[in-house]
Amino acid sequence: MLLIHCPYCAEERPETEFAHAGEAHIERSTQMGELTDEGFANFFFYRDNTKGITYERWRHIHGCGRFFNAARDTVSDKFLVTYKAGEPKPDLSEIDNQTKAGAKS
Amino acid sequence: MRRFSGFAVAREAMRAHKGWEKQWDNPELKSSYDVIIIGAGGHGLATAYYLAKEHGITNVAVLEKGWLGGGNTGRNTTIIRSNYLFDESAGLYNHAVKLWEGLSQDLNYNVMFSQRGVMMMAHNVHDVQVFKRHVHANRLNGVDNEWLTPEQAKEYCPPLDISKSARYPVRGAALQRKGGTARHDAVAWGYARAAAARGVHIVQNCEVKGIRRGASGEVTGVETSRGFIGAKKVGVVAAGNTSHVMQMADVQMPLESYPLQALVSEPVKPCFPCVVMSNTVHAYISQSDKGELVIGAGTDQYTSYSQTGGLHVIQHTLDAICEIFPIFSRMKMLRSWGGIVDVTPDRSPIIAQTPVEGLYVNCGWGTGGFKATPGSGHVFAHTIANAAPHKFNEGYTMERFTSGRLIDEAAAAAVSH
Repeated sequence: MLLIHCPYCAEERPETEFAHAGEAHIERSTQMGELTDEGFANFFFYRDNTKGITYERWRHIHGCGRFFNAARDTVSDKFLVTYKAGEPKPDLSEIDNQTKAGAKS
Repeated sequence: MRRFSGFAVAREAMRAHKGWEKQWDNPELKSSYDVIIIGAGGHGLATAYYLAKEHGITNVAVLEKGWLGGGNTGRNTTIIRSNYLFDESAGLYNHAVKLWEGLSQDLNYNVMFSQRGVMMMAHNVHDVQVFKRHVHANRLNGVDNEWLTPEQAKEYCPPLDISKSARYPVRGAALQRKGGTARHDAVAWGYARAAAARGVHIVQNCEVKGIRRGASGEVTGVETSRGFIGAKKVGVVAAGNTSHVMQMADVQMPLESYPLQALVSEPVKPCFPCVVMSNTVHAYISQSDKGELVIGAGTDQYTSYSQTGGLHVIQHTLDAICEIFPIFSRMKMLRSWGGIVDVTPDRSPIIAQTPVEGLYVNCGWGTGGFKATPGSGHVFAHTIANAAPHKFNEGYTMERFTSGRLIDEAAAAAVSH
């Protein structure tokens, strides 16, 4: 079971409190009526399905109930960082350095 | 290839089993092939076999990054059935069941196909209505399926608890008598041996790192851990890794990869005569010929390539099984494992040409691809050989996600399946 840090509760909690909510940073068009079929298929069905670092949404459904985003490595299932909804993608090179520094100390 | 037969067994028994041959060669890699199949699982090997057998295309290589049949072919729960709702599914999955019926003879390899019946249990009014609808739709499509009362279900599967006080009462069941199980490893080995006998090269420990394209965008070959190999046509049959492989040709897929877990118990004497599925409480169980109970759990909720999953997912399915079959409540579980399944939005596969010339894809089998192995390979080989779909995979295109003409077995089953 994964341990997930909720950025709103500021606590690490077991995965069963959370619901995975798909790839993050997919923007819904404000002009849905004008979207082409290809555009809609891309928005609705097509996914990067990244092997490696992915950005994804989670919802703390049995906690605060709020959506947030996470960067996770899909090969090791390790979370790099979780951050609040609406915040930009974090700079992972910085986090990578931090974890490396943390591993050394 | 020396054929297996009763006579061969007797002959070898007389001379200390020294006459058995290698089942397939480890051939020298050629610089180019007519067709390269990426992924030596059941579907990929079946594709190569039918390319050679039905279409006379024998200059074929099957490339596998790990070992043969070591992905989802070796990790599934071996259930075979074809009781799907939609016409397209009935055609494709029933085509597979018909091929299963003659497969051991066709391959000259015992795949231990056992039509012991697949029983899907209904626990509430909604289940009863949905399954009866499935039974009627199946029968109209020529697919074997019948409705059983709780008493008939108990007669077919005696360990079942049909008491009214049960936590999940059994209100009936849909039984497909032609469904059953097969020995999963034997399917990979049988196809590999039969394909190799027709000249197909099976290359293990050869990971595809890139897909090379020509001036007009067409496929010219693949970059591998053992160098470049040329090919006019490339078929991607990489299951959970399909999105990753297709990215090498800049094709995005309507797929997400999830861990799916299964487990087996300690082996016991024969006690469980058929396959029982309960979608509502999520329990899938059968007994292998070795005597282990084979149990399928659900998918984990997050996308992953780790080939492991959470223990709580397994616990959930064991809870359900112990409720429905109290006799198993003290069985010890022996092993559990995970595989990575590629899931499409409508839970139906994609078996089609791609926007890239010469590149074909067979993927999206999600949580239930093993049952379709022969049918999948058969229609995919047809698609590659003719650059046009077989009548049974016409609807299984990528374009259906743009046109909206989905084959929505996800909605039909209301659960992952």
